[in-house]
Amino acid sequence: MKSHGPLSESHSRISLAFPTLLWFGFFILVPLLIVAAVSLATRGTYGGIEWTWTVENYSRAFSLSYLGILFESLKLAFLTTLSCAVLGILMSWAMSAAPASHRHFYVCAVALPFLTNLVIRIYALRVFVGYEGPLQVVLTSLGVSFDPFVLSQNKFLVFYGMVTTYLPFMVLPLYGAFEKFDFSLVEAAQDLGAGPWKILVSVILPNLRKALTSGALLVFIPSLGEYVIPDLLGGAKNMLYGNLITEEFLKSRNWPLGSALSVLMISLLLMIVFIYYRKNGAKHGA
Amino acid sequence: MAHERSRPAAPLSAKILLWVVLALLYLPIAVMLMGSFLEVKEGQVSATLHWFVEVFADDNLMGALKNSLLVGLFSSVLSTLLGTAAAVGLYRSSSRLRGVMEGLSMVSLIFPEIVFALSLLSWFFVLKMEMGLQTVIIAHVSFSLSYVMMTVNSRLVTLDSSLEDAARDLGAGEWTVLRTVILPLLKPAIVGGFILSFLLSFDDFLITYFVNGVGQDTLPVKLYTAMKMGVSPKLNALSSLMFLMTLFVLIFLFRSPSFYVLFGESKKSRDGNGSKEKENL
Repeated sequence: MKSHGPLSESHSRISLAFPTLLWFGFFILVPLLIVAAVSLATRGTYGGIEWTWTVENYSRAFSLSYLGILFESLKLAFLTTLSCAVLGILMSWAMSAAPASHRHFYVCAVALPFLTNLVIRIYALRVFVGYEGPLQVVLTSLGVSFDPFVLSQNKFLVFYGMVTTYLPFMVLPLYGAFEKFDFSLVEAAQDLGAGPWKILVSVILPNLRKALTSGALLVFIPSLGEYVIPDLLGGAKNMLYGNLITEEFLKSRNWPLGSALSVLMISLLLMIVFIYYRKNGAKHGA
Repeated sequence: MAHERSRPAAPLSAKILLWVVLALLYLPIAVMLMGSFLEVKEGQVSATLHWFVEVFADDNLMGALKNSLLVGLFSSVLSTLLGTAAAVGLYRSSSRLRGVMEGLSMVSLIFPEIVFALSLLSWFFVLKMEMGLQTVIIAHVSFSLSYVMMTVNSRLVTLDSSLEDAARDLGAGEWTVLRTVILPLLKPAIVGGFILSFLLSFDDFLITYFVNGVGQDTLPVKLYTAMKMGVSPKLNALSSLMFLMTLFVLIFLFRSPSFYVLFGESKKSRDGNGSKEKENL
């Protein structure tokens, strides 16, 4: 504890936090418990919930076809995170090494897409690659023929959409770490004859480890549950876990199965977060 | 400052990459903006504001805009009040409550949106609440609360406690100190938190899509449904308007502390108070 000002002695002030605590409990904690409960319930005849307990939803959630979709989603989330990390490190290096006035411009330039509505960004991307869009015009004038429908609905486009969407979550923490980084270390390494690659691996990366892992979590977690991007850019063939859960909830109206699938996803994510904290905690202790 | 001098340039490849990525991020948006100002008639391309006029003449879209504004306003007022109260209440407290709150706000920040959405949907169902703008507002407050708390808290930790001590020495009670000293000092952060939660609410698609009532779409939900049908200059115009609004808000937000909470830039290197602290060390 830093300073024990007179503030810390006041007990009345803490009561200010109670309404928010209640709100959190009622609209975050309880709903999560409800999902866990629903995942053990039975689907009603017309799509409602019947409170007859069963583990059947889980045995379905663990069936091969559903696990296959989970695996695809994990693969995509992992690739997205990796690509964001590689791009993010180089981008934030260039951003933080720029003169002070340029740095604010770069931060804004990276932040603006992040604050822009996801649906709009996806829409813009579809205009870009779609029928009679600039990409088609350029490619046809170069003599490359292609089917605009194939181009606007595929796996690569989903991957591209994911990377461009989640990049700011990686760049901004890394940039924050670079801001505090002592650049004289880079100078020293340069004086000792190290090239950019060597500097990156042995001087910069060890200092970025914390920002890199938190950035990785910020990218990996939402990309595993992503719904909008595969839905709008992937076409019907590219089903991912987020889409699967949403289909179960909104289209098949099988809430118990949808809940079981999400409990599975949450558990996986919690495991990852847990490992992350244990590793980080161990480092603090050392 | 010393650390400003010693920033050797990044390798050229990193600089090129930065610009290439920025170009790729903005190219589609630029094309969309351009598309909303162009009209193609008999092979002739001309500039027009026609599509914007159509957006404003569309009762459906204007209804969605009204819903978005209504939900944004209500939810950001509520989350600003609750979030500010919680941040002030827990500040410097060593109570267990603080840990519990931090844990819960972590959950709301890192859990995938889809889990958030369907857990609220199930809960509203169990509570037998009718889906409508009220459930959307509740959902939006729930996810923007943590952002307000973070924003206000980041300002609280920079406050000089001697100001409060001085007020107390002069005989001010707890609530007077809060009202006349702390809240005025927090004003920029509170305003920032309010704008931020409004923006989060205005931009939210997925959670709204799950918990809104029939026929009560917000603008992003409307855009999503329309987009399923394909692209059109009118949708370009609508998207452009929403993009420009975000740009406008970002320019405003840039001056507020919430920007630094969200975007990790160390406030201290720019802030007067911060450098004073450094000198004292």
